[in-house]
Amino acid sequence: MRVALFITCVNDTLFPGTGKAVVSLLRRLGCDVDFPAAQTCCGQMHVNTGYPEEGVRLARHFTEVFAGYDAVVAPSGSCAAMVREQYPKLVRPGSRGAAAIAEVAPRVYELSEFLIDVLKVDDVGAYFPHRVTYHPTCHSLRGLRLGDRPTRLLSKVRGLELVPLPAAEECCGFGGTFAVKNPAVSAAMGADKAHNVLGTGAEVLCAADNSCLMHIGGTLNRQRAGVRIMHLAEILATTEATP
Amino acid sequence: MSGTFLGMPGNFPQNAAKAVQNSQLRYNLRKATHTIRGKRASVVSELPDWQELRAAGKAIKDETLRHLDRYLLQLEEAVTAAGGTVHWARDAAEANRIVTDLVKATGETEVVKVKSMATQEIELNEALAEQGITAYETDLAELIVQLGDDFPSHILVPAIHRNRAEIREIFLDKMAETPPGLTDEPAALAEAARLHLRERFLKSKVAISGANFMIAETGTLVVLESEGNGRMCLTLPQTLISVVGIEKLLPAWRDLEVFLQLLPRSSTGERMNPYTSMWTGAVEGQDFHLVLLDNGRTGVLADEVGRQALRCIRCSACLNVCPVYERAGGHAYGSVYPGPIGAILTPQLRGMSSDLDASLPYASSLCGACFDACPVAIDIPEVLVHLRAKAPHAPAERAGMRVAGWILNDEVRLGKAQRLAIRFRKLVPKRLPGPLSAWTDTRDLPEIPEESFRDWWERHERP
Repeated sequence: MRVALFITCVNDTLFPGTGKAVVSLLRRLGCDVDFPAAQTCCGQMHVNTGYPEEGVRLARHFTEVFAGYDAVVAPSGSCAAMVREQYPKLVRPGSRGAAAIAEVAPRVYELSEFLIDVLKVDDVGAYFPHRVTYHPTCHSLRGLRLGDRPTRLLSKVRGLELVPLPAAEECCGFGGTFAVKNPAVSAAMGADKAHNVLGTGAEVLCAADNSCLMHIGGTLNRQRAGVRIMHLAEILATTEATP
Repeated sequence: MSGTFLGMPGNFPQNAAKAVQNSQLRYNLRKATHTIRGKRASVVSELPDWQELRAAGKAIKDETLRHLDRYLLQLEEAVTAAGGTVHWARDAAEANRIVTDLVKATGETEVVKVKSMATQEIELNEALAEQGITAYETDLAELIVQLGDDFPSHILVPAIHRNRAEIREIFLDKMAETPPGLTDEPAALAEAARLHLRERFLKSKVAISGANFMIAETGTLVVLESEGNGRMCLTLPQTLISVVGIEKLLPAWRDLEVFLQLLPRSSTGERMNPYTSMWTGAVEGQDFHLVLLDNGRTGVLADEVGRQALRCIRCSACLNVCPVYERAGGHAYGSVYPGPIGAILTPQLRGMSSDLDASLPYASSLCGACFDACPVAIDIPEVLVHLRAKAPHAPAERAGMRVAGWILNDEVRLGKAQRLAIRFRKLVPKRLPGPLSAWTDTRDLPEIPEESFRDWWERHERP
């Protein structure tokens, strides 16, 4: 199977470790992983901040780069939801680029969807002997409807103790440019999320989106809370041989 | 109310920043919204066909909106045939003039009111007061807001920002007949309000209401309520004037079956509300006037994406699940329509020329909880994003977004920008200057890595 990694611009720039984890995980599971170097950004920031023209240009660029792959895997629920849920609304049927979107968008998967729905595995052979809590980010929960896919994967990780996060389904307050356009409310939401994370006693906070983790983690770090943030891919890539 | 929302200074982020500092307000709102949220979730989960009901509600409203012209005329005909008089109001000023003239014609200077969003929207009470007519709110929460010279902060529970100790203070201060030994027990507070209102119901000759639904087929108006004050207002006075937005229409009587299930479960979290009043035209010699209100609605109808906001049945489910509303409070939205639905309705009804109205489409993290809770499936995040594209943008932001778009549209430019950031990574301060301080005021920045993923791939993996 020819699988393309869509790293996303945030991971590419700030969290390369997540990308390396996806590559090692997918190879371990027998996939032929390619990284189309012309990829850039899905355009979510522009579209959701009110700049659809720029967003449309980025959407066209995306479909050109990822045409022809069997599957496109993104370690981000938010960016995968952007392509699958928002592209068809952004470029209405019949307009330029709509056909290419209809072709590519359904083959874009968030990592846990790809593992469970396409590769049909929930035990990826990972080993991670730590206490972990999982935050289901809004776009993976209510956009892609990932359901329990990520926690099913985590519950099969050897040594991992998964502790439930209270009010897990509540938004952390990141919201892209919302975090700087409405900083007071964003920070208040982030503080409540951080409080709930601390209450679990977890060593690691895990999610399928590094952008939300950057916000919650930044809040936790400012409090010197000592909780580590880790993307789902990084936990799933860890084995006894490669800790 | 002593003032009005119109022309309020500030914008949503500024208003919200003040509200989040008010720990009493946040406690009150958190407690109240989480209680209703829990009740709603439990009564909704009882119905195996909730998603089908939701789809039916959406379909009926869409059908109504598509043929609104036809259904409105059908309604006018039915109401007129049943002895009522129908008036058409283009905007708030016209509606207020019609109602004021109708009240003046009765010779009365006092009216009782059933809780109504449409009359709040047009600021009818203030318009009546200018003409020497006093309007008395009879819904308990509206009464609390009115007595407290306050603004409503929630669609269903306008005094949600007040706790019972604060309500006791307002009653002791503003209701002359209140016994000084009044406690803050809910039953005692309700009894005090009941005594205060009973006199008004018996004395008043004119009542003003809105309506939850209007049936085009029969000309019937429907009001759902919990307290029975509405029933008193609708039946006792000689003259009844109902001000209703043109989108409150349903085509046929049998359509109520769907909405009488959707609305109570979504709003108060009850299987059925205590009082459902229905009336058709002038009943038992009453004078009945129906004022059909446009006030920007036909403009909303013309917007293909935005028009779904007109499906709203004012249940408040979106407010009660919204993490932003819970922390910012209703007043921050500067409108009688707060919360997620307000963030898409107010800018469409009022336009986005004021700083406040232009900030409303951004008053959301786009978490999607509102869309899931909406009983008529209004895709609120979709409309928010749609309105953001129409909102005025600050020149500096526009320029920044253009540059970001230019960089992100080309992998070579993106790679160069990343390498530049990496070269200066050690120079990035802990606290960023200017608008970016909004991030670093409360959060640490992530560390910029030594190498981007694309450069790592290029070095290690490229075949």
